[in-house]
Amino acid sequence: MKRFFSAVSLFLALLIIVFSAAITTGCGSNGRTIKVYNWGDYIDKSVIKSFEKQYGINVVYDEFANNEEMYAKIKAGALDYDVLVPSDYMIKRMTNEDMLYKINFDNIPNYKYIDDRFKNLGYDPKNEYSVPYMWGTVGIVYNSTMVKEPVNSWKILWNPKYKKQILMLDSQRDSIGITLKMLGYSLNTKDQKQLEEAKQKLIEQKPLVLAYVGDQVKDQMIGNQAAMAVVWSGDAIYMMRENKDLKYVIPKEGSNIWFDSMVIPKTSKHTADAELFINYMCDTQIAYKNADYIGYSTPQTEAKKLLPKELTSDKTAYPDEGDVKNSEVFEDLADSLPLYDKIWTEIKSK
Amino acid sequence: MVKSLSKKIYLYLIFFFLYAPILILIVFSFNGSKSRAHWTGFTLSWYGQLFHDQQILTSLYNTLIVAVISSLFATVIGTAAAIGISRMRKLPKAMIINVTYIPVLSPDIVTGISLMLLFVFLHIPLGFITMLMAHITFNLPFVILAVLPKLKQLNSQVFDAALDLGATPMYAYKKVILPEIMPGVITGFLLAFTLSIDDFVISFFTTGSGFSNLAITIYSMARRGIKPEINALLTLMFISILLLLLLVNYRMSKDTKNKA
Repeated sequence: MKRFFSAVSLFLALLIIVFSAAITTGCGSNGRTIKVYNWGDYIDKSVIKSFEKQYGINVVYDEFANNEEMYAKIKAGALDYDVLVPSDYMIKRMTNEDMLYKINFDNIPNYKYIDDRFKNLGYDPKNEYSVPYMWGTVGIVYNSTMVKEPVNSWKILWNPKYKKQILMLDSQRDSIGITLKMLGYSLNTKDQKQLEEAKQKLIEQKPLVLAYVGDQVKDQMIGNQAAMAVVWSGDAIYMMRENKDLKYVIPKEGSNIWFDSMVIPKTSKHTADAELFINYMCDTQIAYKNADYIGYSTPQTEAKKLLPKELTSDKTAYPDEGDVKNSEVFEDLADSLPLYDKIWTEIKSK
Repeated sequence: MVKSLSKKIYLYLIFFFLYAPILILIVFSFNGSKSRAHWTGFTLSWYGQLFHDQQILTSLYNTLIVAVISSLFATVIGTAAAIGISRMRKLPKAMIINVTYIPVLSPDIVTGISLMLLFVFLHIPLGFITMLMAHITFNLPFVILAVLPKLKQLNSQVFDAALDLGATPMYAYKKVILPEIMPGVITGFLLAFTLSIDDFVISFFTTGSGFSNLAITIYSMARRGIKPEINALLTLMFISILLLLLLVNYRMSKDTKNKA
């Protein structure tokens, strides 16, 4: 009996602790609060603290792992975030579905620091909804001790010499996209014939591929387990730092150039504070801190100047316009999405 | 001879596959480099950084709080439900047991999304409370199914005997029924506790801004790469569970010795 009572009282004590904790965090600072939803490990955390200090606005900061999950939760109306950081094609989809708030750019004076090349792009043609946060490209990273010939074309991924030494991305949009590029088509094509051709090419390539991989591509390339891999530029910078034999190229046929941009969902009730936050993220010092911590490429021109020369002169991180002149931004596929899904399933199941 | 040798190899193989990944994780928690591809020297720095990483520590705290409360709630409700079910007549009993099985068999993502839609529909803001309710919900059937077999083993006349001897029904439950089914209740509790700590999918869909557990935090690192601090944290968790198990075993063996 005694034991029963002590168990019950312990239980009640726990409950009280938790509920009081929940209440105090729920309405902690009676001041202003904004909620930010960003990719995992995609900010220098000290930046959030300094923002809170400077403006007296409390920041609730959460992280997601991919665009689709984030979209599913926002679409269901389950979340009340004020700032989101989706990728390009997802921004397009959300604008098409009228989910985003038109940002008042008068409140974002630091927008002038954003490189003009990154304005008015396909996913936000009139620059109404988004402010770029990080950007990059897709390319081939190769091990120069295993690949002696010059790498400048996607075609090398189809070279039988490198059988079982090629790593592909386990991402349908990227894998189909680079194949379309190799064939000289747009990576946003909705043309069935072109897609069919890409599918045949990928099936043909399959015996050469060691694996379709995600995050582990970094460890495999660093550990010399494959000769070449299709990767995102941000990851390439990290890999090249860990293994000096690795090199990165953006093939001459062009590639995908991607953006993660800050947007405000229509459901936000603190749009002015959200704009304040976005403006703060574009501040030179702050953008520099983030770019330095994350290691991806910043679109903020002044922050770029503060970064170490060997990074900014590296074409992996900061390719100039000539290097990416054939590259495209992903667009929302809308009705063609099921077709891509189907093609990818057919390739993977072969 | 050959047979016993092959038996041994079989056994060691099983242990190898079970524990090799954990061992590798422990080894790499001391690796100087962030990469898992090569060993660059021994360091304890990830352990140091772990205790300064507010985000990881908060998620650990959240995970434990949700796990403890949800498994306690689920155990209390589930045990009561199991006692009720065991006293039902045949047909309704079979029906209720089948209904209990459905959430166990249905995929987590279905449970997660449907709970999220329910909370949104009822205008309950997503956060700690909703995640807790979701965890209690998916833990419940496991407790019921752990306790039921124990009740089946129980001689149904024991309870009547206690009443005949002058016990009130409540007193008889506490003094007669509960001690008899205790192993089942504890199994249910531990099962619920581990399931709650493990869960990612349901937690992801039922939590809101500002509250995330360890599984969500680790998963969100997938694109940039899992931080080595996580290796350090999981090593510490593994070691504490190991110590706990050793302690329990030690005390149990002492108890049996005392009895003998």
